[in-house]
Amino acid sequence: MSLIDSISLPRSIRLPRVDGLIQWIVPLAIIAIWQVASVTGFVPTRVLPAPSDVVLAGWKLLLSGELVRNIWVSFWRASIGFLIGGSIGFAFGLANGLSQLSAKLTDTTLQMVRNVPHLALIPLVILWFGIDESAKLFLVALGVFFPIYLNTLHGIRTVDPQLIEMGRIYGMTDGELFRRVIFPGALPSIFVGIRFALGIMWLTLIVAETIAASSGLGYMAMQAREFMLIDVVVLSILIYALLGKLADSASRVLERLTLSWHPAFQKR
Amino acid sequence: MQTALRTSLPETELASRANFAPHARVVREERPVQASGLPLSIRGLRKSFGDNEVLRGIDLHIPAGQFVAIVGKSGCGKSTLLRLIAGLDKIDAGSISFGQDIQPKAIQPEDIRVMFQEPRLLPWARVLANVEVGLGRDRASQDAHARAEKALTEVGLADKRDQWPSVLSGGQKQRVALGRALVSRPRVLAFDEPLGALDALTRISMQRLLERVWRDQGFTAILVTHDVSEAVALADRVLVIEEGRIAHDVVVNAARPRQRGSAELAGLEGSILSHLLSADDRT
Repeated sequence: MSLIDSISLPRSIRLPRVDGLIQWIVPLAIIAIWQVASVTGFVPTRVLPAPSDVVLAGWKLLLSGELVRNIWVSFWRASIGFLIGGSIGFAFGLANGLSQLSAKLTDTTLQMVRNVPHLALIPLVILWFGIDESAKLFLVALGVFFPIYLNTLHGIRTVDPQLIEMGRIYGMTDGELFRRVIFPGALPSIFVGIRFALGIMWLTLIVAETIAASSGLGYMAMQAREFMLIDVVVLSILIYALLGKLADSASRVLERLTLSWHPAFQKR
Repeated sequence: MQTALRTSLPETELASRANFAPHARVVREERPVQASGLPLSIRGLRKSFGDNEVLRGIDLHIPAGQFVAIVGKSGCGKSTLLRLIAGLDKIDAGSISFGQDIQPKAIQPEDIRVMFQEPRLLPWARVLANVEVGLGRDRASQDAHARAEKALTEVGLADKRDQWPSVLSGGQKQRVALGRALVSRPRVLAFDEPLGALDALTRISMQRLLERVWRDQGFTAILVTHDVSEAVALADRVLVIEEGRIAHDVVVNAARPRQRGSAELAGLEGSILSHLLSADDRT
């Protein structure tokens, strides 16, 4: 047993746990202060219900099955929309990053479309699809498309040309060059795109659900507003926050798994 | 000062290199791959970039297994010459041929390798996988791992096989790049200032490593460098390039392994430097 062993062992066990707790201190403190402020009457419950009331409302909705159903509907819409928009964006990013012809053909058009705020299309989308599922999927896919397209394109364009030359010298075929040099080189940038896209995904979905839907979290919040159920409204907002955090954490885990070679991911 | 400068192309001097060849063959008896170097003939080679004529007619013969250093001021065309030899750029006029016979011998892409000033390692591949890249079309073969490990051992980095390149020092990265260049047992190895970015001590140990692997494997080595002392320490022959032409062809006859800083090498270095500097004064 060397000294180094005895020092590094407890540290390697302790660090992740403390790290995991630290990030929750501020959210928990906010909830605690909020609870105290509500109970003492400093904040009227008509403006903001106490956290305990929100939890209670959540419990009731959970028992009725309404909460799970609405979360599931929203989650499903978000994932399908993300998959559709993300894969189309990824495909265009690849095509335009690898082929000059494809870039000349489509990039200008895509840049023009990009400058239209996709939420401005909501009236048009409702006219096209009604308040059908496809309306929400279309909007989410459109919103997710651009960050993934732009970052995939950027990632591929900025792969070190010296590495590409090296790959060619060592006789890599186009397929190998893509698999071993270009794609791994573009991956960090693609992940930036994914994380941007996840943010846009929730934003788009919530807006779409509050305006035109008959189920989902946004719809639940709007219904609660109709009946002045402020605790359910606050509950929905908190669930958005949690889901957003969950999506971000998932992409971080994926990032850490695939980018373990990157110096930025080695020290943690 | 006595100089050893000669402007002819001496082929007889290189008989000494032949001494290595039988020895090398004994070492690799189990390997059918021929490890001897390829001779190289360049005739009337020209290359321009736009209006700028970088190479203005290079004629050069390099016998098999010779270690040639190319020196010159920056922008003289030495790196361009190397890139043409390695097949990285297109030739405007003239020819480069490997092998003695006129008809092109069956030369595999794996026979000619380049090492650059930057290591150019894939950051997302571990050290061993980076060396395997050098196998070219043999990457998928069953003994790929074993061959890559052997090359890593040759450059003294066998214990780093599972590391990411980002944790290696500059000299270690360059050794991995050397292992990657060596793993396919090339017959011509072109170095484009491979040690330019290293500190003085690392550079000296890398020079020794280069000399050792060259003597072990007997490939034809072409080293582009701006460091004249490095050129005389390593090469059998130093070419000085000025304004796109070979201005001097200097034979270095010092015995190997060479004593760094010996009077003989220092004298040679001085005379080559004075040539480079006098060219500077003229312009």
